[in-house]
Amino acid sequence: MPIRLVARQTHSRLMTWLTPIIALVLSLIAGCVVFSLLGYPPLKSLYTFFLAPISDLYGVSELFIKAAPLAMIAVGLSMGFRANVWNIGAEGQLTIGAIVGSALPVYFPESDNALMLPAMLVLGVLGGMAWASIPAFLKTKMNTNEILTSLLLVYVAVLVLSTLVHGPWRDPGGYNFPESVVFQDAAVIPGILSGTRLHGGTIIALLVVLSVWLLFSRTVAGFQVRVAGLAPNAARYTGIHFNRVIWYVLLGAGGLAGLAGIIEVAGPIGQLQPIISPGYGFSAIIVAFLGRLHPIGILFASLVLALSYLGGEFVQIKMGLPLGIAGVFQGMLLFFLLASDLLINYRVEWRTSRKFDRARTD
Amino acid sequence: MWSCLTGLASLENWIQPDPESVPVRTRDPNEFIAMPASNSLLSMRGITKAFPGVVANDSIDFEIAEGNIHALLGENGAGKSTLVKIIYGYYSADAGTIYWQGEPAKISSPAHARQMGIGMVFQHFSLFEAMTVRENIELAVTSRKKGVELSDEIRSVSDAYGLELDPDRDVFSLSVGERQRVEIVRCLLQSPKLLIMDEPTSVLTPQEADKLFTVLRRLADQGCAVLYISHKLEEIRVLCHHATILRQGKVVTQCDPTQVDTKELAELMIGRSLKPPTAKAKKTGQVVFSVRNLCRAAESERNISLKDISFDVRTGEVFGIAGVAGNGQTELLGMLSGEVLADQDSAVSIDNVDCGRAGVQARRDLGLASVPEERLGHGVVGNMSLTENVFLSGHEKYGLSKNLLMHFSNARSYSQKICDEFDVRHSGIHVDASSLSGGNLQKFLMGREILQYPAVMIASQPTWGIDAGSQAAIHQSLLDLAENGAAVIVISQDLDELMALCDRISVMFAGQLSESYSVSSLTAQSIGLLMGGAQVELNQDVGNAN
Repeated sequence: MPIRLVARQTHSRLMTWLTPIIALVLSLIAGCVVFSLLGYPPLKSLYTFFLAPISDLYGVSELFIKAAPLAMIAVGLSMGFRANVWNIGAEGQLTIGAIVGSALPVYFPESDNALMLPAMLVLGVLGGMAWASIPAFLKTKMNTNEILTSLLLVYVAVLVLSTLVHGPWRDPGGYNFPESVVFQDAAVIPGILSGTRLHGGTIIALLVVLSVWLLFSRTVAGFQVRVAGLAPNAARYTGIHFNRVIWYVLLGAGGLAGLAGIIEVAGPIGQLQPIISPGYGFSAIIVAFLGRLHPIGILFASLVLALSYLGGEFVQIKMGLPLGIAGVFQGMLLFFLLASDLLINYRVEWRTSRKFDRARTD
Repeated sequence: MWSCLTGLASLENWIQPDPESVPVRTRDPNEFIAMPASNSLLSMRGITKAFPGVVANDSIDFEIAEGNIHALLGENGAGKSTLVKIIYGYYSADAGTIYWQGEPAKISSPAHARQMGIGMVFQHFSLFEAMTVRENIELAVTSRKKGVELSDEIRSVSDAYGLELDPDRDVFSLSVGERQRVEIVRCLLQSPKLLIMDEPTSVLTPQEADKLFTVLRRLADQGCAVLYISHKLEEIRVLCHHATILRQGKVVTQCDPTQVDTKELAELMIGRSLKPPTAKAKKTGQVVFSVRNLCRAAESERNISLKDISFDVRTGEVFGIAGVAGNGQTELLGMLSGEVLADQDSAVSIDNVDCGRAGVQARRDLGLASVPEERLGHGVVGNMSLTENVFLSGHEKYGLSKNLLMHFSNARSYSQKICDEFDVRHSGIHVDASSLSGGNLQKFLMGREILQYPAVMIASQPTWGIDAGSQAAIHQSLLDLAENGAAVIVISQDLDELMALCDRISVMFAGQLSESYSVSSLTAQSIGLLMGGAQVELNQDVGNAN
């Protein structure tokens, strides 16, 4: 055997940060192969996918708009993942957050109260938390697997949204389209850069990421979450209540997903529609891992995943490739990341030990 | 499930068919100069094996004769396991030659080693708990015999050597001593010429150990050589014909252990004179820690239920809990430290405050400190730095956190203080705790708890598997703590340790705690009886000190 995997004595810190880059490069190479197999010129396709979308200011602003919800959701999820709580239902928490926050402009479409927008954001957070509290309750009380419950609740949430926009919340003057009223100005997040759609939500996202970073590295609660994930017995030794940690991380992640949801509808979209997210809640899982569950890493990873959304749209418009190509890239990225994460705990050895011995003794 | 996985992992040692396991004859130019003696079974010349950062074996010469019981003695990290793993084909040496029955040999894998006639009983057993004895043996032994035939063979081998064993019992229902017998029989079925025993008595009662010695002597009489690895000097003097002492990867000396006294052996092993822990005049005061009728039902058949445990510990006193591992000590520690709550608040009280229903933090606030048996993963988090690890206990007491924020500068100075006062050797307080050696990690853990000046200190297996130097330091720190007025509870399997430290000792057996006996009234043999559950007779023999 020319290649052997040898366990490292301690995990490699260098590799922890290098594997996302390795995964990115491998995805690009595999992307070339996919494009050629589909009969498109690979390099031109890659250019169209990855560089063309951000070649002007408008493109860059769109990148930030898409990265903001991803980063917000991903830092929320990363708290849970650190504590071995696997909430994969952020998409549902996002949806319910958007619905609950939208209740204000839907029921008070004339109000121009200055508190309208802040109240919507708060309701968005509460909505996401409420949705996440269901898996938290089931896990702490009945030991139900949160992976299943949180995932299944995504579909429930999307159906709730669909019911509302097709029924009671449909805009009476909206020509029967399944959409809510277009939110009044007081219920829309203001833009921050003229000529683009960039809005205040991006700044909120940045602040959220930075505060989670502080929370995680500086507070006792953040420390407890990390201990609970790294060494459950040590957590018991410290006197950490696991159920409390489960509640913390699920409510935290749900709240942030809900915030991302209401920012989407009160920002770029401006009304409730049957589909308000291109799967941000699921892509955020990839963002969290690509960013090594670290807030700053997540900031960069969210830009990468945002680019995959933009690139997918671009190759569809410019070259007629199917939109699913974005999903293919996201999948490959996660796949290569998980595979190359092996290098964190193992190193590759090219010669067998027997050869090595012979070289020494001969 | 878990035990099944560990079983699988360690079974790799066993099931490893290797197509290249034919011995490779290599002519060594030195062969004629360094030929081993004629009755030598295994002889090693100039064995060197280096790992990144450490030379584990440094040109070791070693010889074992047929029918000999040969001790391999050394501290942790002296290179015993590496040498043994080279013999067992698990590692290959970087340099040096192995002679097997006078012929140069290359042992390429454990399978090859067994084929040559080398058997090994590991310290940690590689058995599947959910399977029967016969099934476990069937899996590992490449024998043509199956089923009933194999059962008969197991019975005949175990009868021949006095190893009572029922082939049809499930392994999880066996005691540790019985499990070890399964491992031994598994080796004997392949009629080995050399049997390697890695710290075999660390899990046995003195009586079980005596039985084992009888078996080993019988084996040796029949010509099988035994390589016996241990750091228990007394048993080496009783059992072994020869001893090779390793220190820092080199052979220090070879001797006849029966001709050398224990102290001398110890000093050869650690390379300097050993200061036994000294306790000054003790003043024991009022009861500060008391346990009343503590019960707990087992959660599963793998757990031990605790039955009506009561004891008191006074200030300035060291109280020992002896017993073979797996008799409920782990469960007891969890209930004493507050990781598991008792049903009654009165079950545990610290300084006359009932806290059986209070959690870990509340008990710490009352002055309790505990050091669990398992260091990495329970006492410290391996993937966190030493500085972060001090937050695990007592962060409020030491001003390490304020208003829910962590104060890293205080934590750094506190962890530095621990390392300085307890001589923890490390490459920086920012390094991961897992990079520390067992002894240093334990000193760090002890320091972290002791520097909080606890009123009650519970230490479980405080010196398990660590070097003699650290062991002495830890013993001394526990005695100092008691001298300063703390109540100290030591849970240990190591009788020598308990006899050296404690004022009173109780024995844990099958979830029950015996009466306590003052150390002066006890001998290792009488504790051994208690460890085997023979409570009644001893009460008459020894009498109750309380």
